[in-house]
Amino acid sequence: MSAAPHLLEAEGICKYYGNVVALKDVSAHVSAGEVTCILGDNGAGKSSFIKILSGAHAADDGRLLVDGEETHFQSPRDARARGIATVYQDLAMVPLMSIWRNFFLGAEPRKGIGPLRWFDVELAKKIVRQQMHEMGIDVRDPDQPVGTLSGGERQSVAIARAVYFGARVLILDEPTSALGVKQAGVVLRYVLQARDRGIAVIFITHNPHHAYPVGDRFVILNRGRTLGTYAKGEIDQQELVRLMAGGRELAELEHELELIKAEVATDQSDA
Amino acid sequence: MTVVARLVARPDIGALLGALAVFGLFSIYAHQSGWIGWADAAQWTDQSAQYGIVAVPVALLMIGGEFDLSAGVMIGSSGLLLGLLGTHAHLNIWPSILLVLLFGAAVGFINGLTVVKTRLPSFIVTLGTFFVLQGVNAAGTLKITGTVSIENVDSTPGFNSAYRWFSSTFWSPYDFKVKVIWWIALTALGAWVLARTRFGNWIYGVGGDPAAARNVGVPVARTKILLFMLTSMTAALLGVIEALELRSTQANEGVGREFIFIISAVVGGCLLTGGYGSVVGASFGATIIGMASIGIILSGWDSNWTFTFLGGILIAAVLLNAAFRARALRSRMR
Repeated sequence: MSAAPHLLEAEGICKYYGNVVALKDVSAHVSAGEVTCILGDNGAGKSSFIKILSGAHAADDGRLLVDGEETHFQSPRDARARGIATVYQDLAMVPLMSIWRNFFLGAEPRKGIGPLRWFDVELAKKIVRQQMHEMGIDVRDPDQPVGTLSGGERQSVAIARAVYFGARVLILDEPTSALGVKQAGVVLRYVLQARDRGIAVIFITHNPHHAYPVGDRFVILNRGRTLGTYAKGEIDQQELVRLMAGGRELAELEHELELIKAEVATDQSDA
Repeated sequence: MTVVARLVARPDIGALLGALAVFGLFSIYAHQSGWIGWADAAQWTDQSAQYGIVAVPVALLMIGGEFDLSAGVMIGSSGLLLGLLGTHAHLNIWPSILLVLLFGAAVGFINGLTVVKTRLPSFIVTLGTFFVLQGVNAAGTLKITGTVSIENVDSTPGFNSAYRWFSSTFWSPYDFKVKVIWWIALTALGAWVLARTRFGNWIYGVGGDPAAARNVGVPVARTKILLFMLTSMTAALLGVIEALELRSTQANEGVGREFIFIISAVVGGCLLTGGYGSVVGASFGATIIGMASIGIILSGWDSNWTFTFLGGILIAAVLLNAAFRARALRSRMR
């Protein structure tokens, strides 16, 4: 039985910056209705990897396949044309603009005749309300400036926008890293919403606690290499955390935490 | 969101209230001259239009995140060029007007391209353009005519037909200036472009966060260059209107008015940092300044107080804008 080709697949990706090996033989894939998490600490090669997936950089070696077909992206625009959209944390929205203006910025629906065409504002507001509703986001007023939304809501609007404009693969670059626990939860819920609508999601994060609840597959990067690829059933959260940090380092960390705990306990008993 | 809160969050509401207050002020102090009457209105609308016509594109440019300090001197350059084309090259007035507008487009293009390519602040780039043109206006006029002005623009072939369109008056005996209609029309057009076109959305985007706008596919450089071109072309249009009206242009015409355009836009609610503002507000700002300039004279006060007034409302407006903006971003937070 041959499975349908993956929506997006990276195979043996290598990237060098001069003598520095940024990525060595990294592979990952994602299919429709799945979430693949790319996990790694700072400097693990996560950003190099998404730049290659999103078309911003070219790989030095390895293959990129879209729908099973080998592809070379010249630019993010190429990738977008194939339905691969990247939502960057800090480049998502203009705070002073309303939700509907942001949503359609750069792709405004227009009506009118011949050269006299204008922004179909009513349609834009209607679509925004509808799309937000489908994502389960309660937009009280599409006229409100995006700056009045919380960080999580802002990311969610960006995700809804990418989905609306035909993204089949959604690459999320650290969407939860700048957020508090509650806001991160909001974003994770919309990641699942997107997945349930049949979108393939690549979720880049350094936080295994955010990755584990939503991920179907976990690719762990460490110093530019794959430490392992696991399906959800093959690994539990503790093991994921341990792998992320690198077993030995974590053991040290645990030891340190124990010491701190002991100190705190002593301080409290002194007080 | 109540109606009141929604109104308060609008960028132009402060300028409207300001205009009403200034009108009220002079209906007391300039009551003797007939402030509440059409004859006085014809005067202050004329003055306001001289600020408002260019304040419209200057507001759009500011919302797009840039300044144009050469918009004042462009009025002089354009008027002088129109005069030269008619009185020295003996060109018909209509092709002359077309050439002057093209000249405006070219200056705006150079301003915009320089800002976009060098990434220098537009404040510096257009300050350079300002002084270059000021020198050219003065030295060029002196060289060609031996005086500091170009006279007899009305000897240009076709002068009367153009005069009717740009610089005549209507509604006798009050004689409102046709330029007031140009001002109102440009305000309506500018407001429509900003609110209801794709280009308008791009203006908000490139002023609010150019990196985010670029990231979603907005042609940031093209949008900014076009805004500079619109500003210079509108200044050229005002240069034409005034050269026809006065039938002459002084070499120093327009110098200093660039600041009044900017003050109008700021009083109208435009943020100095871009991304937020209103065209209608800028026209209310121009109305305030036009009324004050005329009202101070009609009240029998020293007209130098106009400058003090301008400085005062500028500071007040910047402080109010910051408060309004904070309120706009806060009013709907949970």
